[in-house]
Amino acid sequence: MTLTIPALRARSAKRRRRRPLIVSLAVAFLILVAAMGLLAPVLAPHSPDATSLLNSLLPPGAEGHWLGTDSTGRDVLSRIMYGARLSLLAPLGVVLLSGLLGTAIGLLAARAGGWADAVLSRGMDIVFAFPSMLLAMLVVAVFGPGLTAPICALAVSYTPFVGRVVRSVAIQEGTRPYMESYRVMGFGELWVTLRHLLPNVVPVLVAQSTLAFGYALVDLAALSYLGLGVRPPDADWGSMISQARSAILQGEPWSGLLPGLVVLLTVVSVNVLGEHIGGSIGRKQSEGA
Amino acid sequence: MLAKKTLARKGTPDGRAEDRRDALGISGLSLAVGTGERAIPLLADVTVRVGRGETVGLVGESGSGKSLTARAALGMLPRGARATGGVTVADVDVLAAGRRQLRDLRRTRASMIFQDPRASINPVRRIGDYLTEGLRARGVPARAAAERARDLLDQVGIRDPKGAMRRFPHEFSGGMLQRVVIAGALSTEPELLLADEPTTALDVTTQAEVVGLLKDMQRVHGTGMLFVTHDLDLAAAICDRVYVMYAGRIVEEAASASLFAAPAHPYTRALLEASPSVHGEKAEIKAITGRPRALAESPSGCSFRDRCPLAGDECAGTVPAHRPHGTSLVACVRPEQVTP
Repeated sequence: MTLTIPALRARSAKRRRRRPLIVSLAVAFLILVAAMGLLAPVLAPHSPDATSLLNSLLPPGAEGHWLGTDSTGRDVLSRIMYGARLSLLAPLGVVLLSGLLGTAIGLLAARAGGWADAVLSRGMDIVFAFPSMLLAMLVVAVFGPGLTAPICALAVSYTPFVGRVVRSVAIQEGTRPYMESYRVMGFGELWVTLRHLLPNVVPVLVAQSTLAFGYALVDLAALSYLGLGVRPPDADWGSMISQARSAILQGEPWSGLLPGLVVLLTVVSVNVLGEHIGGSIGRKQSEGA
Repeated sequence: MLAKKTLARKGTPDGRAEDRRDALGISGLSLAVGTGERAIPLLADVTVRVGRGETVGLVGESGSGKSLTARAALGMLPRGARATGGVTVADVDVLAAGRRQLRDLRRTRASMIFQDPRASINPVRRIGDYLTEGLRARGVPARAAAERARDLLDQVGIRDPKGAMRRFPHEFSGGMLQRVVIAGALSTEPELLLADEPTTALDVTTQAEVVGLLKDMQRVHGTGMLFVTHDLDLAAAICDRVYVMYAGRIVEEAASASLFAAPAHPYTRALLEASPSVHGEKAEIKAITGRPRALAESPSGCSFRDRCPLAGDECAGTVPAHRPHGTSLVACVRPEQVTP
């Protein structure tokens, strides 16, 4: 995967390091999962909702069902594939929303300074201190289950995660001489901030958003597991684990373990990627300037 | 000749008609931060004039206020600073101008070149973006702006201007990048170019090229240039007139030729004696005793008095007024002792 962000490219072109194997593996796995979700209707061997009580709780490797079936005889592989859609789209929504909010608040706080900065920063601290899961559960309790409410709630609680970093980088970039040189060219603060400062913040924003994606995925899976997220019979990894509870007690753990494994691997991959992006930014900053 | 013209203008009330043609007119500018008891003065009674197409040097040690003066010409004052006096750039009263007027001024009438080209261009934007942005903001269509930018790159001696437009700043050397910055500064056909130590961050050989280019471009475009530097030799080599600044004040104004031959202020002479020369015999380099002062910490009367070999009691009373001596204007009570 090549990141086509100008800032990354501009800074990395001088010296291109070999990407560690683990990062390549993580990226490959994420592409695989995304492709599974995208092409589910083509790839899935069965309908995700087709029940067959005669074929319930088949172990992996069973004929016609590579990864077995769950307690109502639905194909686990097909459900993982279809489940990838909601399980990936929902955290993506969280990341986009919190990225937008966090960038706006972070930039505003950094550029306005003074009391505006103080108010916004303390506000972010308060939200940061509030447990995201608790907020999401409260919101679900008020607005009822479904995905929209938890996505919005998580987006709000992840905003400081992005906003604080954006603010600190923006303050740092704001003191660089090029900011003044564009001001001298007769450009206003807003223009200079959006067109010249923001692109320099993007690398950190990407790194932070990637990490946030992993957290959001776990949080949303947990919400689905608790029955507060995706409504049945829609497939989603969290609810698949939830529905496998009784099967696990019966000594047939596969229909729960497999989606759990997918969640685990996806989150680990996302984190590996996020750490890599964040790390390479840090390296470039210490090398350059 | 130019110096004489200035001298003639001083004191004559009908010099106003000439004023209107100046690219930059700073008169009696004083600048201070803070208020009341805690006010810290930065500049005092600074008067600088740059005619159209004229090159004027502003020379001084670090902290003498030369960059501050150049920035004031664009209305970029330090946070919380109060200014008195007059600053006009191409007939625009900078100190009285509103935000919009200042923005227009910076976009169309005046440009600035900074010390380090690498720091003054956004590293993530392409050269083409840098050059066309100012033009686009003035309403020039994208295609025409790109054409103009290529033309300018060609003028400043960048090979393959078309390819250069697509490159990033880090792909250029410092000297090449300063050429790009010069091209950018001239893209809007300004009447005034403020060059704030434009060659300090460059190699000596590159310095000469960049200075030569700057002079050429200035001649072709008819731009008035204020060349801020700490290098007296460089200033004398390229400027028509030179202002020497010390501790937030102008201490001498002279045509560059006479500045070298007959420095009228003890500080100017000390500066000349402090710079090594490769010509002639090996002369001893005389460092100026003490350290450069900021205006706020300078002694009463003449600011240079505590480091001046000629200082006497009469220097302590009041700040010496500018008076003609030879072809110079000098703020010293006894310039005849400096240049007999």
